[in-house]
Amino acid sequence: MFDRIGKALSGTGHRIIDRIWRFGSAARMFVYVLLSSADSFKRIRIVTKEIYSTGVLSLVIILVSAFFVGMVLALQGYNTLQKYGSSEAIGVLVALALVRELGPVVTALLFAGRAGTAITAEIGLMKTTEQLSAMEMMAVSPISRVIAPRFWAGVISMPILAALFSMVGILGGYLVAVPIIGVDSGAFWSQMQANVDFRDDIVNGIIKSVVFGVACSMIALFEGYDAPPTAEGVSRATTRTVVNSSLAVLGLDFILTSFMIHT
Amino acid sequence: MERTTMDLWVGIFAALGAAAILGLAMKVGNLTSSSIGETYTVTAAFENVGSLKPKAPVKSAGVVVGRVDKIQFDPKTYEALVTLKVDKRYPFPKDTFASIYTAGLLGEQYIGLEAGGDESNLKNGDKIKHTQDAVVLEKMISQFLYNKASDTKPSESTDTK
Repeated sequence: MFDRIGKALSGTGHRIIDRIWRFGSAARMFVYVLLSSADSFKRIRIVTKEIYSTGVLSLVIILVSAFFVGMVLALQGYNTLQKYGSSEAIGVLVALALVRELGPVVTALLFAGRAGTAITAEIGLMKTTEQLSAMEMMAVSPISRVIAPRFWAGVISMPILAALFSMVGILGGYLVAVPIIGVDSGAFWSQMQANVDFRDDIVNGIIKSVVFGVACSMIALFEGYDAPPTAEGVSRATTRTVVNSSLAVLGLDFILTSFMIHT
Repeated sequence: MERTTMDLWVGIFAALGAAAILGLAMKVGNLTSSSIGETYTVTAAFENVGSLKPKAPVKSAGVVVGRVDKIQFDPKTYEALVTLKVDKRYPFPKDTFASIYTAGLLGEQYIGLEAGGDESNLKNGDKIKHTQDAVVLEKMISQFLYNKASDTKPSESTDTK
């Protein structure tokens, strides 16, 4: 009996220590990436290539989902707001929801699914096929040649994608609210402009998306770099990237929001 | 993929991002409308500011002419000291009346300025002397109930006969 409890406890303890150890090595890798990122900015071409594969290729999924999210927000918002006779506030609702929360968060979740997994699988496979070790043999640091450019590409792409998400979402909301439902176009934009603050809403949204960019790319890179060099290991690492990125984004979002909202 | 086309796409991507941020700032946000430009600062003391908040609009004749900068408590007079930033283009006379209004029945509170007839205008750092406090709904209701009660008491005897 006591034996079994002891085993269960030590299993839990082992898992916790393992998590903390992995977190620590991820933090050390983060510092190392920051230290060796000067090299990757010297060869900006590598970064542009990664921006193409993480940012530009994510454009389609981001823009299409933004459009639908905006349209759904407008429909749902109108349905509730018209009960209180304030259907002109639909523009404010759509804009604030997108700029403050949905833009950065949904972009980060989609980014983790679309680009994060690709990064993890790529790095994991590079490790499995011993390309990273080969680089080290040639005295090329894989951190500054492979990891840092991908990290900066993610950090640069994320705010751009989030801003595009918000803008396209608002256009989608406009398309539902004004021509289909029949809210006045002037009221839609003027109420929005009166209630969306540049510093408090838009800049904070951009700050959020930069933080999510750091978190998502770092998690994807670390999971890939840390993956066991087997097919199963890479597949597990890819799953962990999505799970951990999503949890990190939602948790960080709460922390950032609680710092940003002051009434 | 060709290197130049890749660069082109990244360039388009960056340009789109810049355009989106600019669009958010100009079309969605208040970067164009709320920048009041040059302002002058005046203060006004209220006994009760209700739920007035910093950044609340200052309106005259319904037009936004400025914003509330900060609200402080004056421990000497036990009043709230509200600092207003008013657009330089709109000078107000010295005996301007400042009152706190509520937009709609439950809307946000703002400061309304009603111009007086004085010859000289308010300068930077001046204090508005004539103010009217925010209406506190609970106070009004309790006053109304109190009046109602005191009204009905003498009439009770006439009702019963």
